[in-house]
This record gives sequence, structure tokens and C-alpha cells, in this order.
Amino acid sequence: MTAIAFQRCGGCGATWYFARGFCPRCGSAEPERREATGRGTVHAVTVVSRAPTEALRRHAPYTLLLVDMAEGFRLMAHGEPGLAIRDAVRAEFHEFDGATLPRFRRAE
Amino acid sequence: MSWIAGVGLTPFGRLPGRTTLDLMSEAASLALADAELERREVEGVLCGYSTTLPHIMLATVFAEHFGVQPRYCHAVQVGGATGFAMAMVAHALVESGVVRNVLVVAGENRLSGQTRDEAVRSLAQVGHPEYEVPFGPTIPAYYGLVASRYMHEYGVRQEDLAELAVLMRRHAGDTPGAQLTEAVTVEEVMASRPIAAPLKFLDCCPVSDGGAAFVVTRERPGDDGVRIRGCGQAHTHQHVSEAPSLVRFGAAEAVARASEASGMAVSDARYAAVYDSFTITLAILLEEIGLAPRGGAGALARDGHFGRGGAMPLNTHGGLLSYGHCGVGGAIAHLAEAQIQMMGRAGPRQVRGVPAALLHGDGGVLSSHVSLFLERAR
Ligand SMILES: [Zn+2]
Repeated sequence: MTAIAFQRCGGCGATWYFARGFCPRCGSAEPERREATGRGTVHAVTVVSRAPTEALRRHAPYTLLLVDMAEGFRLMAHGEPGLAIRDAVRAEFHEFDGATLPRFRRAE
Repeated sequence: MSWIAGVGLTPFGRLPGRTTLDLMSEAASLALADAELERREVEGVLCGYSTTLPHIMLATVFAEHFGVQPRYCHAVQVGGATGFAMAMVAHALVESGVVRNVLVVAGENRLSGQTRDEAVRSLAQVGHPEYEVPFGPTIPAYYGLVASRYMHEYGVRQEDLAELAVLMRRHAGDTPGAQLTEAVTVEEVMASRPIAAPLKFLDCCPVSDGGAAFVVTRERPGDDGVRIRGCGQAHTHQHVSEAPSLVRFGAAEAVARASEASGMAVSDARYAAVYDSFTITLAILLEEIGLAPRGGAGALARDGHFGRGGAMPLNTHGGLLSYGHCGVGGAIAHLAEAQIQMMGRAGPRQVRGVPAALLHGDGGVLSSHVSLFLERAR
């Protein structure tokens, strides 16, 4: 099963999303890789009507989100139509232009 | 001390048949003529980048093509903030005595040198290749995300943003060389097609061909001149996913640093040149800098505050939103217009005396900020 991965620093407790081999806050090596629960809150939302490529044009309009995850990091993802800022959401995965990507739905 | 001794600006728009180097050369020639400087006298050259001429040494490619052999020469890359960042570098170079003058130049056939899809795609690469770009974002989408949060927090309405598009179009209306000159109304902005909600077609700057340049000198160019008093920068993130906040950015910090460097305050400025890639960019920057209260930029624009006859004339050439946006040259056009207004040579566009001006640019997704204070000295 696919999950959203993030990293956590055992030294200072920082959590972040863009993977790297050290903690960007304190520089400690060997951060832990963790998997998120998929629960979060919509921080920002847009609907892309003008897609960047011919291949993506058939998907447009599509909803793009920044989601604040329960674990304390933020990520960009797709969302179901109609989501608004502060909505509680949970992650699923879908196929988009050949990639498996997180897509959020309103949490029950 | 450094002086903006001359400026050069080509028309922006569709200029078929001209390459990056053609447009850079055209703008450079205009700026040198304006500064009354000969090619052989050029000691420093700074340039930005061009999406249609990617090169690891663009500044020396240009210098060779243009026919100068500078003693100091390189490119600078800070996205949309590049033009003002180069002004800061040029200021430091002449002040520290490395060179007596610097030719700062940009140009790009961004509109006719590639397809619109290529332009949209290449610009979207400021996003993260693994964590953002696969989701199909565009530059307007990054700014649409920012807009959603900023508008949510400060109660900004889409009609407020539209006022800024209307204003920039009004200013471009009688500016020679502007790309978009036909007046628009708030209703027309609101009715324009969706691009990346809440941003619509008329909230976005056009893609342009064009060139822009200026000359910074150590010596005062004449009895009268515009000098760079001080500059500041702030860099808080690259990717919108990593922005520390979507309601507070580095603009205020950059201005505070420029203020400290120059001994000037925002309240000293009588003219503002502020980056306007989208209406939301302009609203956020004006509000963050303190040229408008939070959520209040649109209302001030509607009331004429930022017009040519207003208390704080803003981007009187029409800005990126209507003069046009050819990449690095876009912000240089803001600087050129500020210098022209301060020298009192803007003709029918002339605003009343401008003893001091504040310039601010951003690159990326409000990622990199550069501020400058200019002063007219007699
Ligand atoms: Zn750490």
C-alpha cells in the first residue's frame, strides 16, 4: 500500500517532506524515514484550468492543494473538487500522467 | 555612492525575428547612449538569464557579441528579482571601486522564441521536480495557492485584485512600447477566463519579447542625477511547499535592510516600483512593504492613490501586467521608469516631483526579495 513518506530528526525533532540525508534545521545526519497517516487540513487551494502541457490538458480543471499534515509537515497534492481552506482531508492515491500521486478527499 | 546614469528600454510584445542577443544589444545601446558612455568605456557587465538562450556564460556571450571587453562580467539568477539584484551588485561594485561603471542588461524573445506551452512548462520548473512538478502546476497555480490563503486570511476579494489589473492597464494606455494598452474594467477582469483560481487571465502578466538595460556609475553623471542610496535582500524559501508562511513573506525584511543601508524610510518614497507578475503578487508586496494596509491595496488603487496623480504613483509605465514581461528585463523596466520619472523626463506620463523612490522585486514564488531606495540628487 502506498503511503506519504516524510522525515524526522531524532536530534531536534524537526519534521519535513523533501527527502534529504540530513536534518535541514540542525544538520544531524541520518534522519528517520516515516510514513504519514494521511490525515491533514487544507492550507491552500487552487484549480488549474490552464494545464502546462498537452498531455495534462485532458485532466484540467484539476484541484491542487497545499495540505498541512497531522505529523507537522506540508505538501502539495491533488484534491477532490470543491475542497476549501481548513477542510479536514485524508489521502488516497491516483494515477496522473503516468505517476501515482496523493489525492485528498474530505475526511468523514 | 552609485548613480543610475542611463536607462534603455525596447518596446515589449511580439517582436518576431529578434533573438535574446538582439534584444539585449538593442537595450544596451539605448542605455549607453542615455548615459553618454562609449562601448570601449564599459568596465563591468552584468546580465540575467534567458529561457530561450540557456548558457553557462551568458554575460561573456553577450559581451563578445556586443563588442565590449569588461574587466568584471557575469550573470545573476534570482528569477524575477534578478534585475534589482543586479542593481545591488552594480551598486556594491562601483562603491567599492572594483569598476567605475557597470552595464546591466537583459533581453529575451520569450514570446516568439518558443511556443506558449514551452514558456509555461519551462517557467513551471521553478517548482520541485519530484514533489511539485508531477502534479501539473504552473506559475499561476503556485500564485493561485498563495492567493487563496492570503485572501482567506485578510479578507481580500477578487474584485480588489482586479483593481490592480485595471490600474496597470490604465498606466500602459499611453506608454510608448507597452504591450497591452486597451483599457479594461473590473467587470472584464472578473469575466476573463479562469487560469488558476482565484487568478483569471487578466490577473496574469503577458509573456513578452523585449530588452531592458541600465548603467550604474561611480561618478555623478551631471548636475542632476538619480542615485542608489541602499539595497536589501531576503530569501526565505524556493518552493511554495516550503514557504514559512503564505501570508507573510520576506519583502518586509528586505525593505528593512534597504532602509538600514540607505538611512531612508518607506515614508520618504514618493514613487513606488513594485513587481507585479500577478495582481496577487502586487497586492501582497504593497501590503507587506507597508505601502497599503493588509487587505487594502485594491481599495487604495480604486481611490486613485497609486495613479499618476495620486499620493504614491506606482509602475506608471504599466508594469509587468501591461507593459509586459520578457523575463529579467521585466523588473528592469520598472527601474527604468522610476529613473525617468525621477529625472522629470516622462513627458505626458510625468508625475509631480519624485525626490525618492522605493523599488521592490520578488523571484520564484515570493521566494527571493530585493529592495532598493533611489534618491534624486541635485
Ligand atoms: Zn535536527
